[in-house]
Amino acid sequence: MNESLFVNIIIGITIASAPLIFAAIGELLVERSGVLNLGVEGMMIVGALMGFVVQFHTGNPYLAILAALFGGMVIASIFAFLTQYLLTNQVATGLALTLFGLGFSAFAGRGYTEETIQLITATHIPILSDIPFIGPLLFSMNPLVYLSFLMVYLVWWFLFKTKQGLILRSIGDNHDAAHAIGHNVVRYRFIAILFGGAMAGIGGACLSLVQVPIWGEDMTAGRGWIALGLVVFASWMPSRVVLGALLFGGITILQLHAQGFNIRISAQYLSMLPYLATIFILVALRIRLKNKTNRTVPNCLGRIFHSTT
Amino acid sequence: MSNLKFSSVLKTSILSLVLAFTGNVSADPVKAAFVYIGPTGDHGWTYAHHKGVNHLKSVMGDDVIVTEVENVAENSDSERVITSLARKNDIIFTTSFGYMNPTAKVAARYPDVKFEHATGYMPSENVATYQARFYEGRHVLGRVAGGVTKSNVLGWIGSFPIPEVIRDINSAYLAAKSVNPDVEMKIVWVYTWYDPGKEADAANALIAQGADVLFQHTDSTAAMTIAEEKGVYAFGQASNMIDWGPNAQATGIMNDWGPYYVERVQALKDGTWTSAETLRGVKEGMVKFAPMNANLPRDVKNDAMKAIIDLATGAIHPFTGPINKQDGSPWLAEGETAPLGDLLGMQFYVEGIDSQFPN
Repeated sequence: MNESLFVNIIIGITIASAPLIFAAIGELLVERSGVLNLGVEGMMIVGALMGFVVQFHTGNPYLAILAALFGGMVIASIFAFLTQYLLTNQVATGLALTLFGLGFSAFAGRGYTEETIQLITATHIPILSDIPFIGPLLFSMNPLVYLSFLMVYLVWWFLFKTKQGLILRSIGDNHDAAHAIGHNVVRYRFIAILFGGAMAGIGGACLSLVQVPIWGEDMTAGRGWIALGLVVFASWMPSRVVLGALLFGGITILQLHAQGFNIRISAQYLSMLPYLATIFILVALRIRLKNKTNRTVPNCLGRIFHSTT
Repeated sequence: MSNLKFSSVLKTSILSLVLAFTGNVSADPVKAAFVYIGPTGDHGWTYAHHKGVNHLKSVMGDDVIVTEVENVAENSDSERVITSLARKNDIIFTTSFGYMNPTAKVAARYPDVKFEHATGYMPSENVATYQARFYEGRHVLGRVAGGVTKSNVLGWIGSFPIPEVIRDINSAYLAAKSVNPDVEMKIVWVYTWYDPGKEADAANALIAQGADVLFQHTDSTAAMTIAEEKGVYAFGQASNMIDWGPNAQATGIMNDWGPYYVERVQALKDGTWTSAETLRGVKEGMVKFAPMNANLPRDVKNDAMKAIIDLATGAIHPFTGPINKQDGSPWLAEGETAPLGDLLGMQFYVEGIDSQFPN
C-alpha cells in the first residue's frame, strides 16, 4: 500500500465520520441534560438541505454552514417547545420530528435535486501541510473535520470544566433536586436541545457540502440513528464519541477498500460490528449501574420534568 | 344564471343518454399504479421510470389515472403498499427486483388485478415481467471503458449481487477485455440502491485504488459528481447524468420505459392484456445511450457506435463463446450465445475477473 493511498483512506474515514461526530456530540449534550431527542435524523436532513440551498445560491460556504446550523436549530426548537412546555412524550415527539424533517426536506428540496454545488474542500495550511506524510495527514484535512474535533473538545470542556456544565449534568441526573435549589431546568434543557439541533444540522451539511455535491431526499440514509447509537457507545463521554465515530466511519471506508483489493471479508459481518459493540457496551453499562459504579448515564434521561412549584 | 344551469343539465342528460346507448367500451380510465424503490428525484433508476410514466400520461391522457408511490423499501413495507394499491387499481407496476416476492404474494390474493414486475423472473397468470437487456448497453460502455482507460483499472460500484447486476458486470468486463486485454475490474458492493454518501465513498475508494473509469449500478448521481471532481470518466446510469458530469460522463445507459407502459396499459384497456415475459434491448429502443463525450478518442467513439448498430441489428451478442466461468470451468462453447435462463439467473463471474464472488 503506498503512502498516498494510505492518506486517502484516512481522509476518507474522517470525512465519513464527521457527520456522525457532529450529530452525536450534539445529542450527547442533550442527553446529558436529561432529554432524549430521537429526531436527530430529521434535524440532520434539514441541515443538509439548508446548507445545500444556501451554498447553491450564494456560493459562500460560511453562510451555508450557518444556514445548516440555523435549520437544525429551528427544527429542534419545535421539539424543545413541545417537550419542555407542553410536556409531550419525548420518544414520540422525537420520532415525529424525524418523520417531519424527512418529509419536509423532500418537499422543500424538490427543485434542487438537479443542481450541483462547489464542495467545501480540504484546507492546505502552508508549510505544515508540505511535511511529507504527516503534513497531508494532520494539516490538510477538511475544515469541517477540524471543526468536529473542536466541538468535541468544547463540549467536554463545557460539561466538565464550567459551572454551567455541572448544573446541566445535575439537571440530567436529578431534575427535581436541581429545580429545588433554584436552577431553571426548562431553560437549560431548551438551550441544550437547540445546541443539539445546530450540531445535527452541521452534521447533515457535512454530507451535502463535503462528501457529495448533490442534494437528494433521504440522503442522510440512517446516519442520525447511528449517531444516537454512538452516544450510547460513548457511554455519554465526549471523547469516546470520536472513537466510536471513527470506528463506524472506518469500517465503512475500510470495507470498501478491502473489496477493491479483493480481500476476503464479509461486508455484512463488518457492518454489524459497531452495532454489536454498542449492545455490548450497553450491557456493560447496565451491570456497572447495578453495582453503582457508573456515573455517566443521566438518571433523568427521557423523563418529563413537571415543576409543581 | 338559471339559463346556464338549464343548459348544463341538458348537456349532462344528453351525454348520459349517449353513453347509455354506446354501452360500456371500457369508458372508465385505467387505474395504474407504480411502486418505486427511490425518490423520483434520484435522477437515475426511479427517475427513468417516472419519465416513462409521464410519457404514459401524455399519450393516454384521460384514459389513465396514475398513482405513484416513492421510497418503498424492499421489505414487508412493500407488501403493505402493493396490497393497498391492489384494492384501488387495475394494474400495478412494481419497479424493483426486491419487490418480486411481495408482488407474487399480493397477486395471488388479487387475481383480478394485473401486475407488472420489473427485472424479476416470477411471472404468473396475472403477473407479467419486463426488463431491459441492460447487458447490451453495458457491452457498449465496456468497449468505451477499455478504450479510454490509462491505468487499465475499471471500477464498479455495485448495489446488490443479484443476477441483473452480475450480468452487467460480466458483459462490461468481457467487452472491455475484448478491446484491451490488460484491463482489470475492481468491484465494490455498497449494499444499497440509494445512499449518495456511501456511493461517493465507494467512488473515492475506487479512484484511490487506481480506477480511472467508473461504472455504477446504484441510483443516485453521487459517483458521477465524484468522477467529475477527480477528473476521471464515468458512465451515467438509467438516465442521462450529463448535468453532474459534463466532462466526466463518457456516455451512459438511458432506460426508456415509456412505450412499454403505454403498450401495456392500452392492452388492459382494450382487454387484450396477457401475462408475458418481456425482454427488450437496444434494438427495440428500451436501452438507449447518453450522448458520447466529445473528448473521447475518435476510434473509441466509432467502435462504440458500431457496437450499438451491431446490437440493434442482432449482428453481435454480448455473451458469445468461448467464455469460461471464473473458476475456469467452461460455460459457453465457441460461437455459442448465452441461453436466456443462464442470463436471467446468473450467479457467477466470468473468467478473468479477480474479485471474490460475494456470498
